[in-house]
Amino acid sequence: MEAAQTNYIGSIGLKPSMGEVIEMMASAPATETTKTKFECRDVEVFYSDKRALHGINMDVPDSGVTALIGPSGCGKSTFLRVFNRMNDTIPNARVAGQILMDGQDIYSKDIDPVLLRARVGMVFQKPNPFPKSIYDNVAYGPRIHGLALRKNDLDNIVEKSLVRAGLWNEVKDRLKEPGTGLSGGQQQRLVIARAIAVSPEVILMDEPASALDPIATAKLEELIDELKEKYCILIVTHSMAQAARVSQKTAFFHLGDLVEYDDTQTIFTNPKDQRTQDYITGRTG
Amino acid sequence: MSANAKTSIHQTDQALGRLAKRKAKENRFRYAGIAAVVIAMVMLGWLVVSLVGTGYTAFFQHYLTITVTLSESDLDPHGARDADQLRKANYRKIIQQALYSRFPDVTDRRGKRSLFHTVSASGATNQVRQMVYQDPDLVGRKITITVPTSDDVDQLLKGHIDRDAPEDLRKVSDQQIEWVDQMVASGDLTLEFNWRFFTSADSRDPELAGIAGAVVGSIMALGVAFMLSVPVGVGAAVYLEEFAPHNRLTDFIEININNLAAVPSIVFGLLGLAVFLNFFGLPRSAPLVGGMVLGLMTLPTIIIATRSALRAVSPSIIDGALSLGASHTQAVFHHKVPLAASGILTGSIIGMAQALGETAPLLMIGMVAFVTEIPTSVMEPASALPVQIFLWSDSAERAWAERTSAAIIVLLLVLITMNAIAIFLRSRLERRW
Ligand SMILES: Nc1ncnc2c1ncn2[C@@H]1O[C@H](COP(=O)(O)OP(=O)(O)O)[C@@H](O)[C@H]1O
Ligand SMILES: [Mg+2]
Repeated sequence: MEAAQTNYIGSIGLKPSMGEVIEMMASAPATETTKTKFECRDVEVFYSDKRALHGINMDVPDSGVTALIGPSGCGKSTFLRVFNRMNDTIPNARVAGQILMDGQDIYSKDIDPVLLRARVGMVFQKPNPFPKSIYDNVAYGPRIHGLALRKNDLDNIVEKSLVRAGLWNEVKDRLKEPGTGLSGGQQQRLVIARAIAVSPEVILMDEPASALDPIATAKLEELIDELKEKYCILIVTHSMAQAARVSQKTAFFHLGDLVEYDDTQTIFTNPKDQRTQDYITGRTG
Repeated sequence: MSANAKTSIHQTDQALGRLAKRKAKENRFRYAGIAAVVIAMVMLGWLVVSLVGTGYTAFFQHYLTITVTLSESDLDPHGARDADQLRKANYRKIIQQALYSRFPDVTDRRGKRSLFHTVSASGATNQVRQMVYQDPDLVGRKITITVPTSDDVDQLLKGHIDRDAPEDLRKVSDQQIEWVDQMVASGDLTLEFNWRFFTSADSRDPELAGIAGAVVGSIMALGVAFMLSVPVGVGAAVYLEEFAPHNRLTDFIEININNLAAVPSIVFGLLGLAVFLNFFGLPRSAPLVGGMVLGLMTLPTIIIATRSALRAVSPSIIDGALSLGASHTQAVFHHKVPLAASGILTGSIIGMAQALGETAPLLMIGMVAFVTEIPTSVMEPASALPVQIFLWSDSAERAWAERTSAAIIVLLLVLITMNAIAIFLRSRLERRW
């Protein structure tokens, strides 16, 4: 299935296939060392008594895109939700260990998850615009955080966010129309605009393209490529080609363990672990 | 290929036999379904036809136009136009004289009495009394008025009393039939729309009785019930669904709410009697108490409807709000409750419709009184529409039977309207986006 999709995208000339990407990367200069955004120390997540993540240690860089890959059910989404404390909203879910954001423990008592989520935005697998107008979708975050004092400021934020999400030209004449009336790809970009509107530092994306057709996927990947200049992005994907195309770092998860974490180029060309190798060559997963 | 097809196990005679059997089974099920629907429709149709058949005539009523002389010597012998005197005057005599002069041949007492009984005795006299009381200048003048006939004459003309039956077995005499026929022929006795049925309260005389008192009582009781049960029910449901901790206590409350929905309504009436009347000393027969009882009865319906409406809201919307930094409370009140609003509204309207048709608890708290005034406040004694139906259905006369059916038709129309509004609102609000 993975291979089929990769080939399809490759064959219609939208995006280079995984093989081509890896070849390109091999010739690209090595990524420079950057600051660390998140430090994860022995992160464990339990659902009731079931341990879904087994002591993850991982540093997420401040810039660029970090991809989380692995077979279904290995804990990628669970791990992603650690960074904006969305696991707190799941009954019976419990997080142990330490996650430092810019050196500060985001699970400490003086961190309000509500404010943390304004700094760490999230995009979900299924596009979930509010059943409100396009304008109100984007304006919701700034409104609840009181980011705009005047209507004019709010208009500016909405426009800037939609421009940055690459949606402005498509919707600028119908801001009052429902966001749920857009196509799947547009909805997903609307949700990204909605997240951008509260000026986050980080954007988490959980399989954002899995409900989209190849053309919408290509647009979304282009957008991610632009957004990484300004935001730290963590993306879960089940498409290895996508991970190869959009990310600079890749983490491979398997049954709740972080098996391997390295530069994307290294993971796809020279994986150290047999399980990683089996997965990226399509033998497992 | 064709050789292959012949040998396929799905082409053998046994396989075709099994297929035929399966089809026959499915057809039998379909016929049973159609039969069930037909039976239900026939019953419903029967009910509607019989109700409308007996009830529609109550919407029309026969009226007699007569000329009455408001002689000063009868009404105001002292000429003082004193309000008290005008109220106490003998208006019966005025009506009688008008009728006697219409039929001068009638001279014997029995004949005169039965002539007078062709019009609604208290209806006609009260009507003239009201007119004179409000406009004393009428005294001494001759006016033409239209008064309701007695219920017997009305029923006779509607064909509900058999003219061919022996005279002593029917409620109108041969003589009365003759007068009535003469008045019909002269155009003085006509069939008109029965406005009184919609504007009057209850009365001892069927030709004067209306449902207005009961309707107002029902509206007041429903208003009280709505104001009590919707805020409390929606609040309780939102709290239980979104904010309450999950422990034994909340489980226990939840089970009891579901049980409460199944408690017979008369039990709520007993509760109202014990608590609101006996303990708090609120007045009997008052729409306030009726409304509180109906409100308590509707509470579980509204709580259950609200909770299921809240549960039906997609969790992904809430996740979206939370991920933007909305607090749980904000996510609930900005997104969940508005999206559940149509469900909450529908549940509330259906709960209210149930309450409107409820009779038993109102009997317990005394809203079964014979009230001839339209209530003006929730503390005054009142009746309610279903209770009025219950009261009228007790009387055997044909005129009451007709009015009972008419009141049921009105009640059903109101219920159908309420349900239609609920359906309209649901489809309207849900399709907004
Ligand atoms: N809300 C939940 N309650 C209980 N178990 C869960 C819940 N969410 C995920 N899990 C379990 O945690 C494990 C990891 O799930 P998840 O993070 O969704 O995996 P992935 O995103 O990699 O497919 C799975 O075994 C899944 O069954
Ligand atoms: Mg997942």
